[in-house]
Amino acid sequence: MGRSKALYALGEDGRYQVVPSNGWEAEEIVLDQAIDEFKRLATEAHDRARAGLGSALEYHMYSRRMDLALLADVSGFWQWQVRRHLRPGSFSALSPAKQRRYAEALGMGLDALNALPEKT
Amino acid sequence: MNDVVIPFEHRQTAHCESGVVSRLLTHAGLPISEAMAFGTGGGLTYAYLPFVKFGGLPLFAFRMPPKAIMKGVHKRLGVRFKFETFADPDLGMAALDRHLDEGRVVGLQTNVFWLPYFPPDMRFHFNAHNLMVYGRRGYEYLVSDPVMDIPTTINASDLKKARSAKGTLAPKSLLYYPVHVPKPADVDWGRAVHGALRFTSGMMLYAPVPLIGVWGIRTAARALRKLSMKDPRLVKLHIGHMVRMQEEIGTGGAGFRFIFAGFLQEAAALLGKPALAESAARVTDAGDHWRQFGLSAAKMCKDRLPLDLGNLADQMLAISDLEKQAYRQLRAHA
Repeated sequence: MGRSKALYALGEDGRYQVVPSNGWEAEEIVLDQAIDEFKRLATEAHDRARAGLGSALEYHMYSRRMDLALLADVSGFWQWQVRRHLRPGSFSALSPAKQRRYAEALGMGLDALNALPEKT
Repeated sequence: MNDVVIPFEHRQTAHCESGVVSRLLTHAGLPISEAMAFGTGGGLTYAYLPFVKFGGLPLFAFRMPPKAIMKGVHKRLGVRFKFETFADPDLGMAALDRHLDEGRVVGLQTNVFWLPYFPPDMRFHFNAHNLMVYGRRGYEYLVSDPVMDIPTTINASDLKKARSAKGTLAPKSLLYYPVHVPKPADVDWGRAVHGALRFTSGMMLYAPVPLIGVWGIRTAARALRKLSMKDPRLVKLHIGHMVRMQEEIGTGGAGFRFIFAGFLQEAAALLGKPALAESAARVTDAGDHWRQFGLSAAKMCKDRLPLDLGNLADQMLAISDLEKQAYRQLRAHA
């Protein structure tokens, strides 16, 4: 469902009509590129978190297709605060209320936010 | 809560805002095609805004900012929309329920990422997606999303999340609906089309800043040429982003040139002005070149073509010239 899009295209008679389309090559390539970029960032964050060099927050941020600026906007923290919270100790030291702001922003529960899923 | 289903005909359109305007007005008794709504609303533009960031990359817009089409049809067709925003998401949902109880179909601004019915690979944090709600069943709302092929549903908590998303172009739980719609016979289409063509061509040709219109295309081309080639991965992300802003849902680029050309054809037939159909051919030509540009850029991202920013910039300059001719001709005929 929802895969086909409507496009304006010239018909045989030279008049515009609305036709269903399944997207085209250029669109597919750049969508894949954007998604792969988020996947790459999420995987790297996952590795860092497992090695104890980063917090789970960083992984969840990228897995929700956000970046630092957007997460700061959505959570209401400053960017320098978010940057600090991406460090492992700093994040786990946050009060539950502050962690909940991140949980809310990312649309997930507190437990899920603190946990790192097995596979990315 | 009681169920509400307002009889409403869903139709898939190419772009969300012009689609919503077309459907809401048709529903309210003023039948209007998407292309006509887009054209008379003055929806077409080009803007390169390096200081507005999407994921750290500049904004390349091919259409006017959200709500512009609604303001345009307000000015030229005499349609009046009412806009309501809410600081508190719960109040926004309560207002939606109230309108549904009163039998009103409303348009909503939402964030695409939080709409579960979108295919996963199209869900990005883009805040200016428009959809319509025409009913409620239990905890689900009945959604007519103009870019979907069929009507769909969304549960209350997801819809609340999508409406109250934050960031660039945050929707602030915006909802809107037409409060005054003239009878079809009372609309002066000739004047509306004339005004819209003056508006769009004027903006594209004579915008006072070099970031808008054909001048904006040239500036974006120059910026592209100057991009540092130190890290090819970043360059690829940049041009991929350009194509995404051009092709993807919501902003779509070449697509808008084709919708606009469709509008010109329709206006030509409606007003008996064959010259407008001639301009439509030129706008189509510009659209085709945008598509070609998108394809070259995408292939460069994939290394199917050698990464060549000069080539892309040259293509943009050529498009800028094509569009300049098209709008000059339009202005002469308008």
